[in-house]
Amino acid sequence: MTGFLKVAWLVLRKDLRVESRSREMLSTTIFFAVSCVLVFSFGFVRGGRVVDGAVAGILWIAISFSGTLALARAFERERYHNVLGGLMLAPVHRPAIYLGKLLGLLLLLGIVEVVVVAMVAFLFQASLFQHFWRLLAILALGTIGFASVGTLFSAMLVRVKNRAVLLPVLLYPVTIPVLIMGVSGTAALLQPEPNLAMVQLWISLLFFFDTVFLTLALWTFEPVMTE
Amino acid sequence: MFELADFDEVTVSDVSRFYGRRRALAHISLTCSAGEITGLLGPNGAGKSTLLGLLATLTQSSVGEVRYGDRTTQQAGAALRAQVGFLSHDLQLYPELSARENLEFFAGLYGLDRAAERVVEALVSAGLNDRADDIVEGFSRGMRQRLALERALLHSPRLVLFDEPFTGLDEEACAALVARLRVLRAERRIILLATHDLDAVDGLLDRVVLLRQGRMCELGVGNSLRERYRAAIFAHGGGRQLEKGSSGEVAVESSPGDDPEELR
Amino acid sequence: MNRITFPILVAAALLVFVTAPFVIVWAPYESTMGLVQKIFYFHFPSWMAMFLSIFILGIASVIYLFRRTPRADGVAVSAAELAVVFGLMGLITGPLWGVKAWGVWWQWDARLTMAVILELILVAYLLLRRYGGPGSDRLAAGLGIFGMANVPFLYVSTELWRTVHPRTSVVPTLPIDFGVPLWWSFAGFMVLCLALLFVRSRLEEQRMRLERLYLTLEEE
Repeated sequence: MTGFLKVAWLVLRKDLRVESRSREMLSTTIFFAVSCVLVFSFGFVRGGRVVDGAVAGILWIAISFSGTLALARAFERERYHNVLGGLMLAPVHRPAIYLGKLLGLLLLLGIVEVVVVAMVAFLFQASLFQHFWRLLAILALGTIGFASVGTLFSAMLVRVKNRAVLLPVLLYPVTIPVLIMGVSGTAALLQPEPNLAMVQLWISLLFFFDTVFLTLALWTFEPVMTE
Repeated sequence: MFELADFDEVTVSDVSRFYGRRRALAHISLTCSAGEITGLLGPNGAGKSTLLGLLATLTQSSVGEVRYGDRTTQQAGAALRAQVGFLSHDLQLYPELSARENLEFFAGLYGLDRAAERVVEALVSAGLNDRADDIVEGFSRGMRQRLALERALLHSPRLVLFDEPFTGLDEEACAALVARLRVLRAERRIILLATHDLDAVDGLLDRVVLLRQGRMCELGVGNSLRERYRAAIFAHGGGRQLEKGSSGEVAVESSPGDDPEELR
Repeated sequence: MNRITFPILVAAALLVFVTAPFVIVWAPYESTMGLVQKIFYFHFPSWMAMFLSIFILGIASVIYLFRRTPRADGVAVSAAELAVVFGLMGLITGPLWGVKAWGVWWQWDARLTMAVILELILVAYLLLRRYGGPGSDRLAAGLGIFGMANVPFLYVSTELWRTVHPRTSVVPTLPIDFGVPLWWSFAGFMVLCLALLFVRSRLEEQRMRLERLYLTLEEE
């Protein structure tokens, strides 16, 4: 049997190739994320200044909304020509397929976040880059947590008729801890005098969340996807 | 560890598949041997695709078991999938990739040695060598079919399953596919073929299984396959159904009406 | 087992619930809130019953997903429904108490927040089962596992989140007085929870048997 990581790599490479031909997902997701930030700005900017502490919230809501969109789109493709069936038929470790898809999504979301963070920093004069590595850690770990759960749920729902509606219904409640941790960590970093110990605590919690849920997803992928 | 090319027959024993109250398959029993082409016939929604999916290990049976040689699906494990080739009705090709890239991807997944050579051979066999680097989206149905067929056979599987392979093919392509099926049979593979195209497979099938509403039925009397099929399906009162637990074509009582409801 | 256990459970639940009002009335008045505090004897056990149900849901989901035991699926859906019901009780008694005791309906208390989110996950579970079409039992089992795994993270993150943000109103954290009335109500709720779980699982089993019979009948 082909090695676990090799399979994940093949799936990832295939996804990248497919995306590079159309570039559809990247452009639409970025566009959506940008719109999100703008829309929320209108809600939270008063008298030319953003409401205290809203910056972190806007950032993370934009990430989670556009993430959900990307997730739905990614698996729509697999469904369309039932290529997922072809993948499941291959004599490979099924969780490797999950991992490949997850990595692809993380790359996509990473690019989207670069744009969103730059935009948020620019629009709100937020000092996001002062503690760059910590911010990176929070964003990376938060995205991994969100995407791990999201990739599994998206794959789970691929053959369900009401998947478009059910994905947000399932995903948001389960990823609220990620949102809380991400927003709190980011908000803590944006304080004039950030409490770095607190930030460290949020980062550790995110790491812990990611470990648990990534393991759970890998563990349950096969039984959930097979009839 | 499941040895490759280890089984010579596939046995389905009293298999049923339910979805809640809906019965997709009921008491299916049959044996398919190497070097045989078994035809699965029946109206839409009869359960042909479900049965093929079951044999491909994509679905589990609710009742009964399937054996590959003398091993059940569970015993055979993941390596069994390396011995199954499935040409599904929806072809399972990535439209954004080229023909070559599609084949290479699956060759990689299946861990095939001499992958590049095999891909080239497959492309030649499909007659797509000059279009190898064009993306699949631009292919006609016939071309995609040929490519999908090569993809399904790339890893030289023992058990080959076809779900409506003649859909959308012209005369020439049909004849080519029939010829290919004969070659596969000569290679002593186990072949199952679900189709509506009775004229194309007339005389090709070694064994016929007729499904209606998930059950096996007997073919009627007639000169050609089409006539016999028609006799069974449209006969007054419906076709005669098979006794539970038997394999082959032995008739019992009939059930009225024909339910064209889509069971897929 | 059914013939003995079920009547015992029902009897125990009845016993507790019939006597509970007397016990509660007998309990001493709490100094600051007076009579209102007594809703706590429903509020706290409701939460505990909800947690018990979520725990059962998680375990049953694991069993169902990996062993495909049909009974486990019945237990899982029963546990989910019960968790929703008990959660709802907690979510109603909480604000009722809050508005009388402290004048606010909702003040983003860590536990209430966590409870709302858990309730959402459970309702999502039920929605998935209802609208997910065939095969949604497996998918729901996956969600059940994720839901249960989420509980500690929800607890920690909501707690931390609340300690960091200044409170909008002064709400003292109530020290849990492990008195007899509380234990009595607690026992009553636990027994009730198990009894209802039992009944509902049986209902599921009957339903599955009915489907089997229906299929067999069709074949004749």
